[in-house]
Amino acid sequence: MAEAAESPGDPRTTSPRPLMRDLKAVGKKFMHVLYPRKSNTLLRDWDLWGPLVLCVTLALMLQRGSADNENDGGPQFAEVFVIIWFGAVTITLNSKLLGGNISFFQSLCVLGYCILPLTVALLVCRLVLLAKPGPINFIVRLFVVIVMFAWSIVASTAFLADSQPPNRKALAIYPVFLFYFVISWMILTFAP
Amino acid sequence: MAAVDDLQFEEFGDVATSLAANPDATTINIEGPGESPKRPGPPRGSGREEDDELLGNDDSDKTELLAGQKKSSPFWTFEYYQTFFDVDTYQVFDRIKGSLLPIPGKNFVRLYIRSNPDLYGPFWICATLVFAIAISGNLSNFLIHLGEKSYHYVPEFRKVSIAATVIYAYAWLVPFALWGFLLWRNSKVMNIVSYSFLEIVCVYGYSLFIYIPTAILWIIPQKAVRWILVMMALGISGSVLAMTFWPAVREDNRRVALATIVTIVLLHTLLSVGCLAYFFDAPEVDHLPTTAVVPNQTVTAAKSS
Repeated sequence: MAEAAESPGDPRTTSPRPLMRDLKAVGKKFMHVLYPRKSNTLLRDWDLWGPLVLCVTLALMLQRGSADNENDGGPQFAEVFVIIWFGAVTITLNSKLLGGNISFFQSLCVLGYCILPLTVALLVCRLVLLAKPGPINFIVRLFVVIVMFAWSIVASTAFLADSQPPNRKALAIYPVFLFYFVISWMILTFAP
Repeated sequence: MAAVDDLQFEEFGDVATSLAANPDATTINIEGPGESPKRPGPPRGSGREEDDELLGNDDSDKTELLAGQKKSSPFWTFEYYQTFFDVDTYQVFDRIKGSLLPIPGKNFVRLYIRSNPDLYGPFWICATLVFAIAISGNLSNFLIHLGEKSYHYVPEFRKVSIAATVIYAYAWLVPFALWGFLLWRNSKVMNIVSYSFLEIVCVYGYSLFIYIPTAILWIIPQKAVRWILVMMALGISGSVLAMTFWPAVREDNRRVALATIVTIVLLHTLLSVGCLAYFFDAPEVDHLPTTAVVPNQTVTAAKSS
């Protein structure tokens, strides 16, 4: 219906254009992640734009410059990208193999969107790192990362837990914990 | 159809009534002296009860039948792989507990796996171990070199992929080699106990669990502590492996059996000592004098925090 009514220059068009509609949907899902309560929105209208944006942001900020001659540096862009998507796919496969009744893309959508708190943590850490380095700097970053890590876990559990068989919930949730823990570690050890 | 009617169970009723109906018929009393009907339910003919027992009222019979029927999906369907994840939370915890407490005489496979090998445990224990070793190694190096002027912290991300390669290769290639070896010996010497490939992978995967807390404790930068941890972990997981595989080689030539067990334990030792040596820097004793001699700003900051 929005496509049919599309006329770029017409001020009387009341229905939003597809781009605005998609952006609004992504924004609504971000809000659902930030204030997690049991709702079906993330599952029903899944999309992968939000996870893609978050993943690219994370990978861009975490990567080391190629001019670095340190071989044992931080992750490259491709490594972060692969870890996030490969990790999300593995967790989804795991939950489906255990007998969960969630679709493949719904699960990817939830896992991707719940990286949002950790992306916020990375931005905060980046700002904090502009200040004087030292143990207080580190403690602040540690605190922020721990809080955001817990937030991610709570958000993703709120969305994913219901679709698992009841006697295997812990088996399905543990890989999510490991996934966000590894991402949190990458954020915490980030040194520009 | 007549064929369908033939398949109906025939109610024979009581012995007395059938004898009354047909006094010439022979009846056989099958019930033993102490036997009583297993289920006090609706009255059924004696023919029915017999059939129930044959069909497997017994739990073990039922599980044997079901175990045989489990892996019937072809390997290109999703259901085939779901059979390897058919475990509940408490079962995984039980198996982990069994790998931590080796009881002499109790076989891990017979006791816990019972022809339901799972791939969940091995896969996620190895994944956790990879990250535990990489992160603990990074953390321990950071703590050891803290205060050195020339040290610049790096997250050492390459080591994650190295750790992953080593641990997953160990968890899959060694069981494969062992399975092939046991198969070959089985063709020469009749062994009572034989394990499937997945059961061996399962045992190896769960036996690696003890290394997760060990890797975390390896952060402590004391050589003696680290080597004691190596010994303890090796003792526990080595004994689980040895007690599992001893019944499989027991009937063989004495030397071959002993050599197999020794090789299993030796490879396990190699894995743990190799990980310790590669991922964790040695805590040198001469750190203390250098940090005392050079009054570093970070050292004083760290000490005051």
